[in-house]
Amino acid sequence: MSRGGALANALVFAALVAVAAGADATGNPYIVTLATKVAILGLAGVGLNLALGYGGLVSFGHAAFFGIGGYVTAILASHAAAGTPVITFPFTVAGTAEMLAIWPAAILVSGLAALAIGALSLRTTGVYFIMVTLAFAQMLYYFAVSWPAYGGEDGLSFYVRNSFPGANTFAPLQFFAICATLLGGAMILVALLTQSRFGLALRAAKENEARVIAVGIRPLAVRLTAFVLSGMVAGLAGALFADLSRFVSPAMLSWHMSGEIMVFVILGGVGRLAGPIAGAAVFIALEYLLGPVSDHWQALLGLLLLVIVLFAPRGLMGLVARRRHV
Amino acid sequence: MTALLDLQGVTAGYGPVQALFGVDLHLSDGEVVALMGRNGMGKTTTIRTIMRLLPLTGGTIFFDGRDMARLPAHRAARAGLGLVPEGRRCFAPLTVAENLSVAQRPGDWTLARVCDLFPRLGERMGQAARTLSGGEQQMLAIGRALLTNPRLLILDEATEGLAPVVRQEIWAAIRALKGQGMSILLVDKSLAELRAVADRAVILERGASVWSGRMARLDDDTAERLLGV
Repeated sequence: MSRGGALANALVFAALVAVAAGADATGNPYIVTLATKVAILGLAGVGLNLALGYGGLVSFGHAAFFGIGGYVTAILASHAAAGTPVITFPFTVAGTAEMLAIWPAAILVSGLAALAIGALSLRTTGVYFIMVTLAFAQMLYYFAVSWPAYGGEDGLSFYVRNSFPGANTFAPLQFFAICATLLGGAMILVALLTQSRFGLALRAAKENEARVIAVGIRPLAVRLTAFVLSGMVAGLAGALFADLSRFVSPAMLSWHMSGEIMVFVILGGVGRLAGPIAGAAVFIALEYLLGPVSDHWQALLGLLLLVIVLFAPRGLMGLVARRRHV
Repeated sequence: MTALLDLQGVTAGYGPVQALFGVDLHLSDGEVVALMGRNGMGKTTTIRTIMRLLPLTGGTIFFDGRDMARLPAHRAARAGLGLVPEGRRCFAPLTVAENLSVAQRPGDWTLARVCDLFPRLGERMGQAARTLSGGEQQMLAIGRALLTNPRLLILDEATEGLAPVVRQEIWAAIRALKGQGMSILLVDKSLAELRAVADRAVILERGASVWSGRMARLDDDTAERLLGV
């Protein structure tokens, strides 16, 4: 990553933190919550970007991992509130309201789902890969719809936000700090991965599969690893999103959600580390500013997406990078 | 001499279309063999079959005593086959350093040694491969193959489409590699250069090997009849 690129990434992250801190200082907790939403959705986008931006894997099913992370959180939290175990056979799993216990569970389950889905879908390419990932996510969506134990179509609420040692997670700025720290950690992880030999192999496989094989690298293994890591990050984002709204529903698993995460990445810049954060910020800002004016605010989003794709195919971050060179 | 690469009656093709109808090729350790033939006679197909990028439909390929038919394609490369594909195939968005690092495996060939062979690469380490000249991209492709620390280097039309002066640089590098004892399988159209560097030759016609022997034994009549030169 160039120094300019690293600076741009740091600036986007710093701007998000500044907005949240400024809103808290001026008594605007709602804006802090919006910034938290940007951090969480940006995190989901950072996850997808690893597969899509660096690996060229156009997954239209990342809502599956986002939703799984959310449902793991809600299920563990609701059982903790009710004082009942999640399962009793073959071993007992108790509910928990501890974020430090919930996150690894959400990451593990979404990672396992990504492993299963990736192992099958990565044997296809192009439009078939898009369709297979979409199909798996829709299967999980309909499973959640028809799962009455956890709310079915109505979703599942849990009334107490999960706890984090030493923090009051109900305080908007403190919950934002937790989410922003995880986002920053994920960005550093992705930056390190993409600069590693694994990351080079992933980017090389995106360029040409046969050439990668010719240097002794198995593209499927590299892509599957990226897909699983990507799913795990999306799962963590889903866990945080569930905590933010203290509610999960099948909508978290739907193709609309997959599309939204993809829009964050495309708006911000495919393969740009902070791109999904910029994309999520624009999305949330449009929703906040235009949502009260019209129910059809997404028409403007569609127009913006069209403009970006046609005139700035490297996204908002690419546009900034180009201006810096002028 | 012990066979490093041994092809016996190799047949292969693209789906239902058969392209190779029986290729025999023998390459000993430290030897440079020229694989020759007119356009469309199966040279690149033979190389792709050796690399396991195309399925072997008949015959045998042994490399360093290993039956290559059982190896998946990426394992063939790890077994010690270093390919410089036709058409200067670099990873365009990656930098020169990244192109080299992605291929690097432990062995005698290091980044410094590649830069000794091609000093121009050393000067352009941070540059994206797509911004290099054709000759520099070819040097990068050769450097990348060398960094896999191959037992056998396979060069498919390494000098095609290059300016004469750059072509001479590539041939000089190939001669240097030969001098260092590298085993090389070479496909090229320049008979004069091949005569100067190759120990032996195999000529393909319509997907089958029709002539093989020491390069010195390849007379002008045979070259004209089989190669059209």
